[in-house]
Formats: sequence, C-alpha cells, structure tokens
Amino acid sequence: MHRFDYLEPATLSEAVALLAQHGARARVLAGGTDLLTALKEGWERPDWVLSIGRVADLRYIRYDSRDGLRIGALATVREVETSPLVRKHYPVLAEAAGTLASVQIRNLATLAGNVCRASPSGDTLPALLVLDAEARLVGPSGERRVPLARFFVGPGRTVMEPTELLAELVLPPPRPGTGAHYIKHSLRRAMDLAVVGVAALVALDGETCVDARIALGAVAPTPIRALAAEEQLVGRPITPDAAEAAADLAQAAARPITDVRGTAPYRRRMVHVLTRRCILRAAELAQSQGRLP
Amino acid sequence: MKRPVTLTINGERQEVAVEPWWTLLDVLREELGLTGAKKGCDRGDCGACTVLLDGKPVTSCMVLAVQADGRQVVTVEGLAAPGHLHPVQRAFVDYGAVQCGFCTPGMIMAAVALLNETPHPTEAEVRAALTGNLCRCTGYAKIVQAVMAAAQHGGAA
Repeated sequence: MHRFDYLEPATLSEAVALLAQHGARARVLAGGTDLLTALKEGWERPDWVLSIGRVADLRYIRYDSRDGLRIGALATVREVETSPLVRKHYPVLAEAAGTLASVQIRNLATLAGNVCRASPSGDTLPALLVLDAEARLVGPSGERRVPLARFFVGPGRTVMEPTELLAELVLPPPRPGTGAHYIKHSLRRAMDLAVVGVAALVALDGETCVDARIALGAVAPTPIRALAAEEQLVGRPITPDAAEAAADLAQAAARPITDVRGTAPYRRRMVHVLTRRCILRAAELAQSQGRLP
Repeated sequence: MKRPVTLTINGERQEVAVEPWWTLLDVLREELGLTGAKKGCDRGDCGACTVLLDGKPVTSCMVLAVQADGRQVVTVEGLAAPGHLHPVQRAFVDYGAVQCGFCTPGMIMAAVALLNETPHPTEAEVRAALTGNLCRCTGYAKIVQAVMAAAQHGGAA
C-alpha cells in the first residue's frame, strides 16, 4: 500500500482548513472502498489522507415534506438502502443503492463517495439524477450548491475544486403522482459493474405525463440525462408507442465505448430496451401512487 | 509514524500501535495473531476477510486500522467460547458447507450478521446477504442450506 500521513479532523471547518492547506497533495477518505483500492494499486499517491470519518454530524438522513431529503456525507450506501424515509419517499434511490457491490461494501461506502468518485457506471448516479439531487459543497470561500446534472465532467472528474468537500446531498420533495424505476444490467447479478444502467421517473396528472426524467449510466464519459427522450414523453399519455419513441431518443443520446463488459453497439441497443422498460414501469408506479387515498 | 489505537476485539480491549496505511485485516492477522479473517483478494471483492465492525459486516481489508480506533470488532474467533461452536458454525459442519475452508470464516461472519438482523430469512435473503462472499469449491448450495438450517435452530448470536 502507498504510504501516507493521516489527518483526522473533528469538525467540518477544521477539515476544510486542512484541505485548503494540503489541497492537491491530499485525498479525502470517507468510506474508503474506492480510495483504499487506489492506494493499494498505486493509482493515487497522496502525501496526506484526510479522513472525514470523525467529523461530527455528517452521518444523517433527514426528510421533511417542504425541504425534501438531506443525506450527510458519511451516510453509508447501506443506510440509504435500508432507510425507511428513503424507501417511502424515494424508493428508486433505495433500489439503486441495493445494487452496489455487497452488503460488506455498502456498510462502508458512502453515497457521497459514490458521487465524488464520478464513475460513469456509478450505481446510484442515474437514480440521483432523475431525482434532481444537488451536491452542497463547502470550501475555503464558503459553500455552493451544484445540481448533479452539472456536477460530472468526465470519468472520475467533477466540478469540485481540490479544496472542496461534499458536505451533503439534497433531494427536493417528490411531487405527487410520480413513479421511478432503475434497471442495472450487468453480466453477473452480484459484485459486478453495470454494463448499462437506466433510471426513469414519470409524473402523471390523470393519464397525462407532466414531467419526466431519464438518466443513463455506463454509456458516456459521465452519467447523463437523456433530455430529448424526456421531452418526448411530456404532454401525452405514457403508451408503449410513446415509450418506444423516447427509447429511440435515449439510444441516440448514448455515446458508449467498447470495453471488457460490452461493445458499444450492444450498449446502445440495451439503452433502448432498458429505457422502454423503465419508462413503462415508472408509469405503472405513478398510476398506482395516484390511486392511493 | 505509528499511532496508538484502541480496539475492542471479541469483547476485549486491545491497544495496538499502527502505521496509518495498515488495514484492520493486517492488524488482526499480523499484530494480534487472529488469522481467522483471511486475505483473499485484498480489494473488497471476495469477502474472506469479513468481520463485524460495530455489529455490521465489513471487508476488513477495506478499513484502515486507524478508522477502527475506539470501535468494536468481532472476528470468527469471537463467535463462541473455546471448544464450542456458534449455531452457524455447527450448521456449516453438519451440512458439509466447507470444502477448502478459505472462504468459510468470512461466509460465517456474513451469515451471523444476517441472522442478527433477520432471524428468519428467506432463501433469497440468505443469497443476497452472501453475494459479497466468493466460494470457489462448493457451488454455494450447501452453504445456503446451512444458513437456513441455522436460522431454524435459532442461529442469531
């Protein structure tokens, strides 16, 4: 393992100050499941590892109907997966969290870490995108909020400065009559990365789709929204034909590569298949929600 | 530079001086002589190093020892008194769920963690709980049978 000095601040302001001091020579440790691998392999060779694990009050999942959901930087993927609040108000996020690696890894890995890692195939990222999640970043000159739709800039690269920390993820309250679904397509059902991941969210007013979100994973340098496909759905009922037309547009938005997990043409085709399935399932869920008292 | 950490391991407080880059797994095995947790992949993929950290199953190769400072660790050595077996261990013996044995301690720790949370799991829940534990010998069938049987006989620790 690469050797480093270890910093363990107790407060967020102390963490921000240390990061400002060491900047690009430091790497931030939260859950550690990505960073430890990088340190063992020598992909990362920082002088300092700055653990935020003991920073007070970063480990929470809070919800209220006006402000929505707030997930602190230290909330684990397993806590998100099993949180009654998440399962009730944002079931697609719990569903996506449950597809990441194993229970053992989910007990360590943080949701914020999965976001900061910015892998194109990150399991929770399509779901966070369709839920309009925002990252609250803190740095030496204060804080800012960045929608995840503008957060990722390339594989492993985000808009975060080396001196910034992701303090929490914020999700707006779900609007009534929405349904959302995530499908992870992988070669094995466990301990595997997505070949393609698709999330869809549909809001219905009666039979008419009034809002839609579609996000694609592992088919571009970053997780992406399929905006043209979303627009195609709005203003009409979600029929199999409408889902098919949106799937065409999602497929056109994908820019996959060929790698060990799948070829580019296969990935494009799977974007089509999974987008159609995801939209129809999300619409079913929206309808059943609409029927609740 | 080494720094002291205090770990409560199998109920006993231990002070160890560790380098910041040492993993919990390496400290258990090399410093404390607890070789039940195995180093398989050392990348969090195989689950052979699974221990309970504050009651939750984790891959101890993916935890720095300094991160575990002040926390509770249970390894396979701590499941039962010397000369005795935990019900999950007993079921693994009875059902022939062990072949080469390398995955067994991690498998047992993951199963114990499941039964602590979900004393009467479905077979699907057992399989989901063990997805992070690779076995190259058994084909998993007898492992799953053993965990189901342990659950019937009150396998929660």
